[in-house]
Amino acid sequence: MANRIPEQLRERLTAHRGLATWGERLVPLGDFRAAAQVEGVALSPAERAAATAAYRAGVPDSTPVEGPYARIAVFGGVYSNHLALSALLADAARRGAEAAYCLGDLGAFGPHPEKVWPLLVQGGVRVLQGNYEESLAAGREDCNCGYTDPRDNHFAALSYRYTAENCSPEMKAWMGGLPKRRRVRVGERELLLVHGSPRRINEFLFASTSPVPFLELLLDQNRCDGLLCTHTGLHWHRRLPSGRDVVNVGVIGRPANDGNPHVWYALIEARGGDFGVDLLPLPYDHQGLAAEMRRERLPEEFVETILTGWWTTCLEILPARERAVSRF
Amino acid sequence: MIATDPTLDDAPQVELRSLDTLWFQVGGTVCNLACTHCFISCSPTNHTHEMMPLAEVERYLAEAATLGVREYYFTGGEPFLNPEMEAILAATLQVGPATVLTNGLLLDPARCRRLKALEETSDSSLDLRVSLDGYDAATNDPIRGEGTFERILDGIRNLVAAGLNPVITVTEVCAEASADEGKARFFALLRSLGVERPRLKILPVFQIGAEAERGGAYASWQRLHEGEVPEGSWDHLQCSACRMVTDQGVWVCPILVNEPSGRMGETLADSLGGFALSHPACWTCHVYGVSCRT
Repeated sequence: MANRIPEQLRERLTAHRGLATWGERLVPLGDFRAAAQVEGVALSPAERAAATAAYRAGVPDSTPVEGPYARIAVFGGVYSNHLALSALLADAARRGAEAAYCLGDLGAFGPHPEKVWPLLVQGGVRVLQGNYEESLAAGREDCNCGYTDPRDNHFAALSYRYTAENCSPEMKAWMGGLPKRRRVRVGERELLLVHGSPRRINEFLFASTSPVPFLELLLDQNRCDGLLCTHTGLHWHRRLPSGRDVVNVGVIGRPANDGNPHVWYALIEARGGDFGVDLLPLPYDHQGLAAEMRRERLPEEFVETILTGWWTTCLEILPARERAVSRF
Repeated sequence: MIATDPTLDDAPQVELRSLDTLWFQVGGTVCNLACTHCFISCSPTNHTHEMMPLAEVERYLAEAATLGVREYYFTGGEPFLNPEMEAILAATLQVGPATVLTNGLLLDPARCRRLKALEETSDSSLDLRVSLDGYDAATNDPIRGEGTFERILDGIRNLVAAGLNPVITVTEVCAEASADEGKARFFALLRSLGVERPRLKILPVFQIGAEAERGGAYASWQRLHEGEVPEGSWDHLQCSACRMVTDQGVWVCPILVNEPSGRMGETLADSLGGFALSHPACWTCHVYGVSCRT
């Protein structure tokens, strides 16, 4: 058997008896520890405080501040779902939103990626660049989601190729010129809008893997009263102990993996000196979208998600908690 | 034999971009198994690193919060040999998501139910990652020890029965694992155990520790040189976003804890500087794009 090693060799490797493993050598335990203790740096308490402060230091940002507004609609992940986008623009107007912001990822999954462009432009939507736009504009070969599961990669590559082939050079050039962050004043709050995280366009901020100390530091470093993001496909809102808010606005391109076909967006409004966040379900003509996807011969796996509300692909990115309530 | 050569002066330097992942060698190098591919040669008698008490873990958790750490990983040795492991997880899940790397042998039904209860009281994810080195006893047991295959499967069943969905980690010692056909066999095995949504992670081997004897050590050419890891191409390197804490202080990553030169200091603040990729294991991380994260 190839894997079997002689018992005496196993014994030699694993019976330390006061010895330490230093690489593949066995040395007296004290020798290893003495050698380790003199390695690295030993800062003074003042130097440690300075190193921590330097690490926590703010990120320079000259993004102009838009607004102020009393109420805005914010959404992400259109994924070529032009029917949901039309429904959103009507719903946001009905609810009195003064401006609409899209946090990026215009393509993937859905049919006819060019259809969302005039809707965004005519609707006056201020659009951020997502990883999809960044990749398409740069002529990259994939969406940069970083999947390792071959099945996820297969479907991600398929939808990326379809979107790339069905987007005009003009639309790609427009995508390439979109900003990566915006700052918006709502009431007395200054909000930072990004696609993934303020640090990286493709960083996932899921509820169960974005702990409070991490989020507080992000907001400190970026000097904002609230952070709005998308990219994960799942919406959530958390008020931090500092009183600031982090909102993942979710996506309007596909349902939130909860067995319901509707999609989600966020309505943000000033409420006195405070700030209101409503995550809203958005019904739309999902049957119509499914029919159009089938006419385009998009994978039945994508159509199933639109019809059932359960994700069938790109599940690898989900953390344990979000995966536990997933059907697949 | 190839050891770290700190005098190797053309090794590329990698800066810490942000401290996102903090590892704890919470079980030390003490293990109830003695796997023949273990890159740090853990065994029942290996006390190179000792288990970490709860109070020591809490001290680092407090410092980690000031640095905005995103996630915590626990490994050993076998973490569940640490009598305070469940208390350590309870403390951690108050401040962020936790993942435990375990050999699965100590996952009895009662413990799995307690772990599920811990997970339910937290806003953060709890992940269990169970190591397995083959889809039958004939492939797994020569690596992990006689009779371990069945015991590991029992542990996985107990997790599933408690409502936890483990990630199964397989090393490339199991040669078929990284091919699609091999993955399909693992998925089938997991489904047969009642895992409805199987999750699998394949890891390459690091040719150090016991593995150097079993599979062969690094050759002299397996080193990184200046210019091979330019700034801006560090995202795949764990050392640009993680540190490892053991009872001996803070180390650059989970791999180099048996190399004294992998030690960076006593506190996390001491460890925020860069690191020279002078060890042959750094070559594996760079070339294979390895991350020990799930």
